[in-house]
Amino acid sequence: MGSRASTLLREEEIEEIKKETGFSHSQITRLYSRFTSLDKGENGTLSREDFQRIPELAINPLGDRIINAFFPEGEDQVNFRGFMRTLAHFRPIEDNEKNKNSSASEPLNSRTNKLLFAFRLYDLDRDDKISRDELLQVLRMMVGVNISDEQLGSIADRTIQEADTNGDNSISFNEFIKVPPVDGEQDY
Amino acid sequence: AEGAVAGAVFQVWVFVVLFLIMLPAMFGLSLGVTGVYIQVLVKILEWATVRIQRGRMEQPSVPVPLPNGIIERAGGSMEEEIGELRNSFALSDAFYFYKKGLESIVDDQVTQRFSSEELASWNLLTRTNQNFRYISLRLTIIWVLGVFVRYCILFPLRITLAIIGLSWLVIGTTLVGFLPENSVKTWLSELVHLTCYRICARGLSATIRYYNKENKPQKGGICVANHTTPIDVVILANDGCYAMVGQIHGGLMGVIQRSMVRSCPHVWFERSEMKDRHAVTSRLRAHVAAKTKLPILIFPEGTCINNTSVMMFKKGSFEIGGTIYPVAIKYDPRFGDAFWNSGKYNMVSYLLRMMTSWAIVVNVWYLPPMTLQDGEDAAHFASRVKSAIAHQGGLLDLDWDGGLKRGKVKDSFKEEQQKMYSSIIVGQNGISSCSQSTKVE
Repeated sequence: MGSRASTLLREEEIEEIKKETGFSHSQITRLYSRFTSLDKGENGTLSREDFQRIPELAINPLGDRIINAFFPEGEDQVNFRGFMRTLAHFRPIEDNEKNKNSSASEPLNSRTNKLLFAFRLYDLDRDDKISRDELLQVLRMMVGVNISDEQLGSIADRTIQEADTNGDNSISFNEFIKVPPVDGEQDY
Repeated sequence: AEGAVAGAVFQVWVFVVLFLIMLPAMFGLSLGVTGVYIQVLVKILEWATVRIQRGRMEQPSVPVPLPNGIIERAGGSMEEEIGELRNSFALSDAFYFYKKGLESIVDDQVTQRFSSEELASWNLLTRTNQNFRYISLRLTIIWVLGVFVRYCILFPLRITLAIIGLSWLVIGTTLVGFLPENSVKTWLSELVHLTCYRICARGLSATIRYYNKENKPQKGGICVANHTTPIDVVILANDGCYAMVGQIHGGLMGVIQRSMVRSCPHVWFERSEMKDRHAVTSRLRAHVAAKTKLPILIFPEGTCINNTSVMMFKKGSFEIGGTIYPVAIKYDPRFGDAFWNSGKYNMVSYLLRMMTSWAIVVNVWYLPPMTLQDGEDAAHFASRVKSAIAHQGGLLDLDWDGGLKRGKVKDSFKEEQQKMYSSIIVGQNGISSCSQSTKVE
C-alpha cells in the first residue's frame, strides 16, 4: 500500500539508489511498494520463501536459479538495496543514455553486463567458464524428466562443440557472447 | 438544559431510523436519499481527482498509479519466443525463462489479486491514499470533513441499523420457526429474511443495481457468483431468497445460523463434515433434487478475491447437477474498498472499515442459466461459467487457483512448462520414455 511504503524509504536512500541503479524516483517508490508486499515477515528483507510465493515464478523451470541471483554469496536474506541492484540489470536502456559514450563506469544495465548476468546463471562456481556439467544442470532444470540422460548429454556436447573456439571443452564469456542468435532471440 | 438537548437528539435519531429507514426497508421502498448522497459524493470525488492531477504536475514526486501493472510486458508464449519446433537447443533459450521469471518478480498476475486494487484517483479515504491530503489546503479540509462525516455521523447510524437488522433476523426467524410447515410460513420467512437484509444493506449505505432480473435464480437451482467479501451475501439476498451453504460457527455467527435454519432450509455443515467432499455433495444434491427448496448460493472460488479478476472455479459445485444461475458482482471502487483481505484484517475490523466508508455501490448482473453439456466434464463447465461471469462483470479471467492465497502452487504446473520446452527442442517424437505419458500438450 502506498502510504506505508513511502514513509519508510527515506529521500537520501532513494537518491543513492537512483545514482547506483539509474531508476527514476517514481520507479524506485513503486518497486519499494512491490518489495514490501512480498516481504510477508515485515522485517525489511526477503527470503527465498518470499520469492517462492509468487506462483508464476514457482512454476518457472529456472525459478530457483533466478531467485539465487538475488542473494549474495552464502546469505539467505536480501534487503531492498540488493533487490534493486539485481533488478537494475534489466532496466531498459533509456534513449538519453544510448548516446553517452563515456562514463566513469559502465552502467549496470549495459548489454555486456546483462550478458554477464545471464552467463553467471549458467556458471555457478564462478570460474568464468561454463563446464559441461554446469550446462547439463541448467538443461536438466529446463526439460525436467522428459529427455533421457544420453540425449541431454549429446545436446550439451553439441552446444559446447559449436561455441568452443579455444578447445578447452567449456564456454568462456567471450565465446558465450559470440554465439550467433537463433531466430527469435531478443535483443538484450 | 443538556438533558433536554440530549432527549431531543435521541428523538430525532429514533425518528430517522424508524421512519426513514426501517419501514421503507420492510416494504422494499427507497426514499431516494441514498441516490442524492451518491451524486453529491461523485461531484466531490471528481473535484478531488482534478485537484490531485494538478498537484501531480506541480510535484512530480507524487506517483502515478498504473492500473495495468507496473511493467510493460513484451513478448508472447514459449513457442513464439523460442521458436516452433526448432529441434535444437540454444544457449539463449534460457533467456526466455529468465525474462519471464524477472517479470513475475517485479509484477505478477496472482499475488496482486489478494490485496486491494490500486486506484487511479483518490476516494478521500486515508487507507488508499499516498499522502494525497498534503497536496493542497482545500483538499486537506475536505478530507478532514470527510473523516468527521464518516466516523461521527454515518458510523453510529450504520451500527444502529446493523444491530437492528441482525436482531430482527434472529427474532423473526425464531418466531416464524414455530409455525407449521405451510405456505404462510414460507412467505413469512421470505419477508423476514428480505427485510433484515435490506436493513443491513442500508446499514452499509449500499446502492445496488440489478440487471437482467428475468434471469433470477429459481427454486431447485444453484446460484454461483464471484466472491469479493462476505457482504456479497447481503447484496444478493436483497433481491431474492437463497439457501446459504457453509460451515457452522460458534458465537454470534452460530446463533444467527441456527435461528435462520428454523424458518427455511439452509445447508449448514459441521467442520468435520466439510472435509468429506462426498458427504457435502450428496447433501447439496438432495437439496437441489427437492425442487421446491430455495436456490443454493455458492461461491466456487472458495476465497475472497479483490474484484479485479475471477479466479479458478472449484469444480465441486458443478458436479451437483441441476441448473446453474451465474451472477456477476462488481463493486465500484470509488466509494470504498469492499475486498476482505482476510490475512490482514479480521472480520470485526473489516466490518468497521466497511461502515466507515462512503458507500458501497455495486452492480449485479444475472446471467442466463447454464447446464452441463453432453460430453463436458465438471472442470470444463466450471471454466465456461467463470468466463461468462468475468466477461459480464468486466473482470479478468484467470485460471489460477484462489487457494494460492494461502498455499503453494502444484508442482505439476512446472512439469507442464518443462514438457512444453522439451517438445520444442527435441520435437514431439523425441521425448523419451522417461515420462509416463506420450501425449504432448
